Amino acid sequence: MRNCARSKALPALAVALSLAGVAWAGNPVLLNVSYDPTRELYHELNAEFAKQWKQKTGETVTIRQSHGGSGKQARSVIDGLEADVVTLALASDIDAIARHSGALDKDWQVRLPNNSAPYTSTIVFLVRAGNPKSIRDWSDLVRPDVQVITPNPKTSGGARWNYLAAWGYAEDSSGGDQQKVRAYMTQLFKNAPVLDTGARGSTTTFARRGIGDVLLAWENEALLAEREFGKGEFAIVVPSVSILAEPPVAVVDKFAAKHGTTALAQAYLEFLYAPEGQEMAARHYYRPRDPGIAARYARQFPQVKLFDIARFGGWEQAQRTHFDDGGVFDQITRR
Amino acid sequence: MDAALQMTLARATATTERRPVQVALIAAGVLFLVFFLLLPLAVVFGEAFSRGWLAYASAIWEPDALAALRLTLLTAAVAVPLNVAFGLAASWAIAKFNFRGRSLLITLIDLPFSVSPVISGLIYVLVFGMQGWLGPWLEAHDIKIIFAVPGIILATVFVTFPFVARELIPLMEQQGTEEEEAAVVLGASGWRTFWSVTLPNVKWGVLYGVLLCNARAMGEFGAVSVVSGHIRGLTNTLPLHIEILYNEYQFVGAFATASLLACLALVTLALKSFLEWRLRDEIAAVGH
Repeated sequence: MRNCARSKALPALAVALSLAGVAWAGNPVLLNVSYDPTRELYHELNAEFAKQWKQKTGETVTIRQSHGGSGKQARSVIDGLEADVVTLALASDIDAIARHSGALDKDWQVRLPNNSAPYTSTIVFLVRAGNPKSIRDWSDLVRPDVQVITPNPKTSGGARWNYLAAWGYAEDSSGGDQQKVRAYMTQLFKNAPVLDTGARGSTTTFARRGIGDVLLAWENEALLAEREFGKGEFAIVVPSVSILAEPPVAVVDKFAAKHGTTALAQAYLEFLYAPEGQEMAARHYYRPRDPGIAARYARQFPQVKLFDIARFGGWEQAQRTHFDDGGVFDQITRR
Repeated sequence: MDAALQMTLARATATTERRPVQVALIAAGVLFLVFFLLLPLAVVFGEAFSRGWLAYASAIWEPDALAALRLTLLTAAVAVPLNVAFGLAASWAIAKFNFRGRSLLITLIDLPFSVSPVISGLIYVLVFGMQGWLGPWLEAHDIKIIFAVPGIILATVFVTFPFVARELIPLMEQQGTEEEEAAVVLGASGWRTFWSVTLPNVKWGVLYGVLLCNARAMGEFGAVSVVSGHIRGLTNTLPLHIEILYNEYQFVGAFATASLLACLALVTLALKSFLEWRLRDEIAAVGH
């Protein structure tokens, strides 16, 4: 009997040791470097995952979080912030990590289902109670009496989705006249008095500091702000058309291997796709991929006509055309 | 001196303005202090206690907040002694000796004052970051500097670099070198002279510098923010933790932590006022 117990304990010990890897404490530590609005989601999800991991393996896992503007976070990982997993706002930020640091494969996006995006979101408007400026659609954002709050597309992933959503609308409404699209975008950013570095900073600027008439926000961020500050303070306006935002996740191979957390990191990301993870995402106002859970939360997410990033030739091209140094964003905000 | 000038001097009391003007100016000064210093401070404490003592205590007695407090105290505990040692050595060299490169050294000491803290942080990212000069070597030897505690301490040491030295240089220059010369003539060694003559003469100045340095070390935001990586419970100092809580709509927590930091600052301020008062006596006694 004793022998039997020992023979079971040994492999378990071996697994534990290999998972612990270089972490001297023995218990594995996972660092999730994420973007701004996911704070509440991962706070809850980490606790649940750690509980289940403990039940399954007997191992106590510590999951650490770092949040900030998506572009800024990618930059930190490139500069050596040793993330085991990254859960960022858009694919091009993870592409940037792959390109500049080689810490993960260039084909990372095919490793998990749904373009490695376990949940989606879109861009909506948050306006002040009663919608005093009667903002209904994208066309209202360029009115001279409207102040628009959005983060800086250079540092924030949400801001880049905002920008592309606006661009898509302008293209549709002008029949693809590039000059009109540029004029619209120029006016839009003229109406933006501050560009915070991350989505959460913009929400605080709008909600807490009372600046601006409309906040361009992640749907999840807008729903959260509405809940945090009370329904009476703000209202969500769903525009006629918006973008399907796919915030992707990936294991950062190099650092996970270095920390000996590859299997753990993989299990952690898979948990996002599991029913509990999907349910939690929906509860935190992300649109779940799981159709059953999506159906249950359908009332929370209004039907919007959505276009996706393929319209811009994928993130790599969108990033190069619009947001890289000297790109369209630089051109329209110059002067 | 001619008669007219003498008459002017005789009439010139400190103020010549009429009373209403004086009152208005003083009122403006007091109002400014109330609105820009006292009121914000009151708001911090007001918000911190807006949901009662229990919410306040649980916001501070929370693992991430305590980790931030520990890291802040550790950072100050390393940065301050380093700056004391450096500040003493530098001010001693600058005030008591004349050598080539003396003014260059003074300029270098002042550098952190004139550089934006964000730049101070970025310098370290550029040097120690994975894509930086030393990055590949550090990685090969598994040494972590930025996005870890050493980077935070380095950035803090950098921004607080001038505090002790800047405090001591004028004091030592004013005191001159006569006492040291006397000690040397009487046969004391360099060390003996330093420990028995130079250091006792400036001890209050050193303490004053330590307090200023400590206040900045605990409160630094910009430079530390750049090198921190913002890992909760690991590389967040108190100021960074406050920003995180604020951004998570945890206003009680944010202001409770802010009040903790403010209390640390107030203690420092009280000690500083006390030392300023002591320092004046000391300088008067030592000087003449």
